Amino acid sequence: MTAPLGVEGSASTAQPEAVLEGMGSVSGRSLGQIAWLRLKRDKAALAGGAVVVLLLLVAVFAGPITSLEGQNPNTFHSDLIDPNYGTPRGSFGGISSGHILGVEPVNGRDLFARIVYGAQVSMIIAFLATGVSVVIGVVAGMVAGYFGGWVDSVVSRMMDLLLAFPLLLFAIALVAVLGDDKAPGLSADNTRVALLVVIIGFFSWPYIGRIIRGQTLSLREKEYVEAARSQGAGHVRILFRELLPNLVGPILVYATLIVPTNILFEAALSFLGVGVRIPRPSWGGMLSDAAQGYFQIDPVFMVVPGLALFVTVMAFNLFGDGLRDALDPRSNR
Amino acid sequence: MLSLTTGQRRVVRATVAAAVLAVIAGCSSGSGGVVHGKSAGNVFDAGSSGIRDVSTKTGGTLNLIADSDCDSYDPARTYYGHCWVMQRLFSRGLMAYRSAPGTAGLDVVPDLAEAAGTASADGKTWTYKLRSGLKFEDGTPITSKEVKYGIERVFAQSVINGGPVYVITYLCPGGTNASGGCDSYRGPYADRSADHLGLSTVETPDDSTIVFHLNAKVGDWNYIMTLPASTPVPIAYDQSSKGGAKYEFHPISDGPYKFQSYSPGKSLTLVRNSYWQASSDPFRKALVDKVVFTVDSNDQDVDNRLISNIADIDIAGVGVQVSTQSKILTNPQLKARADNPFTGYTRYLAVESHVAPFDNINCRIAVEYAASKVDWQTARGGPIGGGDIATSMLPPSVKGHEDFDAYPDNNGQGDLEKAKAYLAKCGKPNGFTTHLATSSSAKGKAVAAAVQNSLKRVGINVIIDEGDASTYYSEFIGAPSVVRKKDFGLMVAGWGADWPTGYGFFSSIVDGRKILSQGNSNYQETNDPKVNELIDKASSTTDADAAGKLWADVDRAVMATATVVPMTYDKALVISSENVTNRFILQSIGGIYDFQALGKTAP
Repeated sequence: MTAPLGVEGSASTAQPEAVLEGMGSVSGRSLGQIAWLRLKRDKAALAGGAVVVLLLLVAVFAGPITSLEGQNPNTFHSDLIDPNYGTPRGSFGGISSGHILGVEPVNGRDLFARIVYGAQVSMIIAFLATGVSVVIGVVAGMVAGYFGGWVDSVVSRMMDLLLAFPLLLFAIALVAVLGDDKAPGLSADNTRVALLVVIIGFFSWPYIGRIIRGQTLSLREKEYVEAARSQGAGHVRILFRELLPNLVGPILVYATLIVPTNILFEAALSFLGVGVRIPRPSWGGMLSDAAQGYFQIDPVFMVVPGLALFVTVMAFNLFGDGLRDALDPRSNR
Repeated sequence: MLSLTTGQRRVVRATVAAAVLAVIAGCSSGSGGVVHGKSAGNVFDAGSSGIRDVSTKTGGTLNLIADSDCDSYDPARTYYGHCWVMQRLFSRGLMAYRSAPGTAGLDVVPDLAEAAGTASADGKTWTYKLRSGLKFEDGTPITSKEVKYGIERVFAQSVINGGPVYVITYLCPGGTNASGGCDSYRGPYADRSADHLGLSTVETPDDSTIVFHLNAKVGDWNYIMTLPASTPVPIAYDQSSKGGAKYEFHPISDGPYKFQSYSPGKSLTLVRNSYWQASSDPFRKALVDKVVFTVDSNDQDVDNRLISNIADIDIAGVGVQVSTQSKILTNPQLKARADNPFTGYTRYLAVESHVAPFDNINCRIAVEYAASKVDWQTARGGPIGGGDIATSMLPPSVKGHEDFDAYPDNNGQGDLEKAKAYLAKCGKPNGFTTHLATSSSAKGKAVAAAVQNSLKRVGINVIIDEGDASTYYSEFIGAPSVVRKKDFGLMVAGWGADWPTGYGFFSSIVDGRKILSQGNSNYQETNDPKVNELIDKASSTTDADAAGKLWADVDRAVMATATVVPMTYDKALVISSENVTNRFILQSIGGIYDFQALGKTAP
């Protein structure tokens, strides 16, 4: 700071060297390190991250995990069902050592195995759909923000259009129309998964697209972009070598925040009966079955998938929020 | 007919009527339709075979409830079975089902007619005489012209649609066109004649006589005349601004009750019709002073109101919610109040013989043995909420039902050894992959999963294709070309007869000559010479009991084709308040309580 004129500078005679005396060599921290330090201090985000990692492991190793319990998600256990009511025999939804979360009403399928495989379905669809929306969103957002003018107008209006679209209704209609077709090389089952990925991914790209566009708008005026341009760098190079690396932060943050939205979207579609095919387990589908009146006589059947969905979405949101704070503390919540 | 759980439409566009002549026994003239039968004790399911709490006490308000309103109150436009039972309160047609529990309720009795219709020797001309002194709710007398006019309204399908169209099929002058419509007569609104009575195939030689000239022999015509469309409609009123499509908001009563107020989708209030005379009515007692029907879209709430005596009867009759079911069955007092009737529906798996490998009968028989009927039963709600295991197509509530099992499969569990043996005979010892069509309703999905799981036991892999529940029967599996294109080897199906005879049940679903390109109900395209021949033989048999035996033969012949796998005879668990009297199940129309017979112990 500048000392006022005529004031004795005796109070500010401390020598910087003296302060640093006795400390080791000074090295700068990378942005990543700083972010990690900040993230480490956010206990909620860490807990969320741990749950996310656990979920991913469950999804990847669904087969081995269910075989540990010794159950299969699609095997009927009619002997465990009271035929008069369709409810599991025994208390708490038929929880036993063989079926640690009990069994489904009506057909007696193992609930734990279905929850685990349901996690797999949720994760596959949510991550692939997020991939689709991030790729489309980032490219469209960068192009719109960087070029501006009519390109920006076209892309932005397209985003407005999609955001204003009654997408749930549209998604239901699409699955109803295309749901029974088979894509070449895919089974009927996987075609449906691919269709869900495309639908969910396509409808959520404007969210990330808008943010990337805004970021690009501010970044394109930065000195390093000017410098690159003055050195004769082409548009593609500036977009992908200069701008993209500086957008990794927001991309990571918003991708993490889109994943839970997509999980919920998949669950909603399954709940409405246009999700994955029978008998593939899905949390939304299980909730829908439970909502047919079983929740009153067999609450476990609704609580288990409901909790799974709640914990998953909560974990992704906590982790995503923490990540945002860590990468960009100035941004508003 | 329609049932609320299934949402299926039964528009049968039969162009050729197989023949019967003469009168169905059991509905001959003179047999009155008064409620008879002993008072049944209040034990579980007493109302299915007897009358609970017999009483002649009059007065009080009957509180009806359901989760949705009727499709229409216009007698020519309603196709829900329970709404046909509602019609018995305010509309009377030429014939009606006897108001009696058990199989006696399957008989038809003359209602407006003084005797059951009589057929000419060739079975094509039916004559009815009306009772004398009949009046509409405004006091104007009812003549045969109003009855004819009511029938004519069905022909105006652009205005009056939704109901059964048998009268078009059999009365269209010159026959119907390829899609089952009538080009030669388009209903009374397009009718240029001064009295709007231009339908040449129905004659009214005098005010009390009506003569039908059918274009085919129809032995079951007296049953068709029980359908609400044979209710008379006042011509001037229907031609006014209150008629036509708006007639459903206030149909003019000729029964014991008339509309006081109606707000669609919410409530309906019926009060006594002072011009109705008990002496002119064969069975209606009209005990209560007022009938109030309330729509309550919360199914759970409907059940709770019945149990706590706030509402009297759920008119839909499709059974209580699963949670209420466990409450009722575990509480002896509630259980004693409940009934568990057959609804008249058979749930079955249609096996499309034109989709490989089901073109080979051995592959079809393999499915007969491999499919687990028990799993299907559990998926539909178990033995009480779902129904009994079915071994034949004709449900127990239809005349001619016989117990036989063409493919004994360990009481519905499946006989896997036999299934594998037939798979080997079919040349597919290791099984195959096929598609199964089902509706997207909760029960549709549950039974599909059950079939998928049970067929997997013998190596048959099933891919499930779901169709929207509201258009499943009409569009998803109702067009054979689509079914074949989509490779639906198996289809989840259900059928309830529009009237309780073998003809009413079988004619649309297994007759090879009635496979339609659109709106088809012979989903599996059964076309077997022996089945067709037996159908003709049974429908031309005049004696009801002899015909019933022949319909059982049709049933056996159908089972021999292995194109259908009967799964369950539908049942429903129903309960009412403790305040109603004379409660019993009317077997003829979907196993629903006969609302018009009910009285109240307290207001």
